[in-house]
Amino acid sequence: MITFFVNGLGVGLIAATIWWFWIWTPRKGVAASNGHIALTVDNGTYTPALIDMQAGDAITLDIVRKDASPCSEFFIIDGLNISVQLPMNKPYQLVIEKPEAGEYAMHCQMNMYQGTLRVR
Amino acid sequence: MNHTAQHTKTHAQDSSVQLAISGATCASCVSSIEKALSNVEGVTSASMNLADHTAYVEGGAPTQALTQAVEAIGYGATLIEENDDVDAQRDEQEQKYYRQLIRDMIIALGLGVPLMLWGLLGGTMMVTPGSASQWGWLVAGLLTLAVLATAGRRFFVGAWKAFIHHNANMDTLIAVGTGTAWLYSMAVVLAPSVLPEAARHVYFEASSMIIGLINLGLALEVRARGKASQAIKRLLDLRAKTARVIDEHGNENDVPVEKIQLGDHIRVRPGEKIAVDGEVVSGSSFVDESMLTGEPLPVRKEKDTLVSAGTLNQQGTLTFRATRVGKDTALAQIIALVKSAQGSRPPIGRLADKISAVFVPSVIIIAIIAAMIWFNVGPDPRGVYALIALTTVLIIACPCALGLATPMSIMVGIGKAAEAGILIREGEALQKAANISVIALDKTGTITEGKPSVTQIITFGETDENTALALAAALEQGSEHPLANAVVNSAKEKNLTLPEATHFESANGKGVSATINNEQVVIGNLRWLEELGINTSACNDATTRITSDAGTPLYLARNNTVIAVIGVTDKIKVDARDAIARMHQLGLKVVMITGDIQSTAKAIAREAGIDDVIAEVLPADKAQKVKALRSGNQIVAMVGDGINDAPALAEADVGFAIGTGTDIAIESAGITLMRGSLHGVVDAIEISSATVKNIKENLAGAFLYNVLGVPIAAGVLYPFTGLLLSPVLAGAAMSLSSVTVVANANRLRLFKAHKHPSNTTRSDA
Repeated sequence: MITFFVNGLGVGLIAATIWWFWIWTPRKGVAASNGHIALTVDNGTYTPALIDMQAGDAITLDIVRKDASPCSEFFIIDGLNISVQLPMNKPYQLVIEKPEAGEYAMHCQMNMYQGTLRVR
Repeated sequence: MNHTAQHTKTHAQDSSVQLAISGATCASCVSSIEKALSNVEGVTSASMNLADHTAYVEGGAPTQALTQAVEAIGYGATLIEENDDVDAQRDEQEQKYYRQLIRDMIIALGLGVPLMLWGLLGGTMMVTPGSASQWGWLVAGLLTLAVLATAGRRFFVGAWKAFIHHNANMDTLIAVGTGTAWLYSMAVVLAPSVLPEAARHVYFEASSMIIGLINLGLALEVRARGKASQAIKRLLDLRAKTARVIDEHGNENDVPVEKIQLGDHIRVRPGEKIAVDGEVVSGSSFVDESMLTGEPLPVRKEKDTLVSAGTLNQQGTLTFRATRVGKDTALAQIIALVKSAQGSRPPIGRLADKISAVFVPSVIIIAIIAAMIWFNVGPDPRGVYALIALTTVLIIACPCALGLATPMSIMVGIGKAAEAGILIREGEALQKAANISVIALDKTGTITEGKPSVTQIITFGETDENTALALAAALEQGSEHPLANAVVNSAKEKNLTLPEATHFESANGKGVSATINNEQVVIGNLRWLEELGINTSACNDATTRITSDAGTPLYLARNNTVIAVIGVTDKIKVDARDAIARMHQLGLKVVMITGDIQSTAKAIAREAGIDDVIAEVLPADKAQKVKALRSGNQIVAMVGDGINDAPALAEADVGFAIGTGTDIAIESAGITLMRGSLHGVVDAIEISSATVKNIKENLAGAFLYNVLGVPIAAGVLYPFTGLLLSPVLAGAAMSLSSVTVVANANRLRLFKAHKHPSNTTRSDA
């Protein structure tokens, strides 16, 4: 009985890990208000982690880094050739101008902070 | 790097501040915020810009009162500070974070070490139901919980936040690993009877030790990272804080550097730093520019010469007019470029990026599978072995080492290059520079000094040298070509009166024609005169004499008859031959691209030790020639300085702009040399090679660590050797792995470019 339970739990956890981290996709991201989006870098996450924008538009990310860990220092969007160094607890304005449609990964230097910029 | 980042800025006056406002969406929000700010005591005016979500507030109100006023009406406000302050605060933040990590390490090891020693010195780690040890372990469990909640808090909060964002990171592994060990141990303490006797082992020491060791690893990493970014700190330290500005009445006042305006006259006394870029209006002195250019010898400055912010005046006194201030100075631009480049990512790191993006969930799955295998086919107590395997796999896996491998080396390598006066625009240029096989050099200003002078005038018929020179100068005076300048300067030195020339026509890269004294006069290269139908057969001897001396012949014809050949020679830079020898020792093929005729080009190539010559190239065709060089799977670098080199620099795999050249050339190049020497090209290649080698070492180490560490932690050696790694050892290994990567990247700081051809090797980190 215990063996069945442990194995069932193991298989279930593996399935849940695959679904939660790889298969699940959010339906809607956060869109800009007046061309601005406030993005917080804290506790290992970008908030919001999914940003929606229209192709051809320009948005400004008002990024505030609250996490002192060194890996959160750089904010990178490889697909848009963006790599910026964030100050601590100070707003940093990053203008993203007219990207082409597509999904762009936002991440830190070590790829532990992850987010997506979805351009439609 | 072509990012569109826009740094925040501070309002110029002391009594004003700039706030970043969040939550404002419409004009009425603007009105409310302006009103709230205006009501704060001390505010004289407040205006908000909805477009960039910033508010400017004049007056002497404290910042806290301003932010509170905005927050009180439902919006967010944060003070925007100048980048200089941000840079200065970075160190402070790092120190604060370092102290936190050390404090957390002490807390965690303060519990973990005694518990571990208890076990090592023969104390039982097993729980006996109903005994006093059960109560003792309960206390230990609660203390461990306190450690997890304090010293380990950041990992658990980070893991939870990441989890709800459907993300998994380093914190996830640490939190799940230590949390599982604690939960299991608490289950043992609270209900030991439920478990078989052999499975009543507690692992509180593992949870505490892992948290302590990981905090220690992070602290060491912060320290090592601080060293890695020293190049930027050194550049920032070059900035002067004040300057002695002379006002309209001739009074001198020390003024903060950020208040210097364009056109201000600034006095620099012996031993003082130059505060902003400018042009000397009086005085003379030698200025040490080594911090920007890498050039060790001080440079003489006198009226009309340019000075740069951050350089150091030596013995004399100078007065200069400010021509570029604030973020427009060369120093500020260098700092911005180096910062941007240090964050860029070369293609070599992309595989690591792809792996680290899926790394953590993969490790979680491997850990669960390992635990299931131990539980199903492992020895008794199988539950304990399953728990050890699960925890150890989660803890030993280190995505940080993978993620750090490339950026740390890039940060140190690009910083090291900047210290040598080499500005690498992005990581991709650095990676390509390490793989160059052919290097194409522009001639004028790159191999030669770029200051040609007239060395021979060979005339025909009744024309004398001065007449020929005056006619040539009259034609060339409207041109900015270096050869034309040489002719005009030579005529000026001889105080010749230039005849009036009209009806100018210029054939780009070929020559100039005009009407002088009702006669058609042309000056240009041989090919162009032949295209015009002018017989040049009489010039053969003159051409040979000039070209054998590495001179460039200019043919002067009047009414379709050649009357003179003027030889213009541009001296080869004193260290060009040595630098080219170093290129050969790196295994590079060196090619010269020039508009000169073959014989002149070959004479220069012989003198400089160049392998191959592409001569008689029109300026517009240089890029085409670079493209042709690239066609044979060669990685081609182009080195140039002029406006006409820009397309060729852009066409090359790596463009090197000589910093003494034009801004357009610099914009087109991946790498800019702040000094004119070709040694800078070789230094850049050597630094790039050393950096790429360092990245490869880091990547190999990080891959190997994880590829070997995870299976060993899962217990693959157990059937053969009986070895199963302890979670505590896994924590120590994991901490050390990322520290090792950072330390290896820091080795690049010791790199020294070779100066002597006999000692040069391709990579030597």
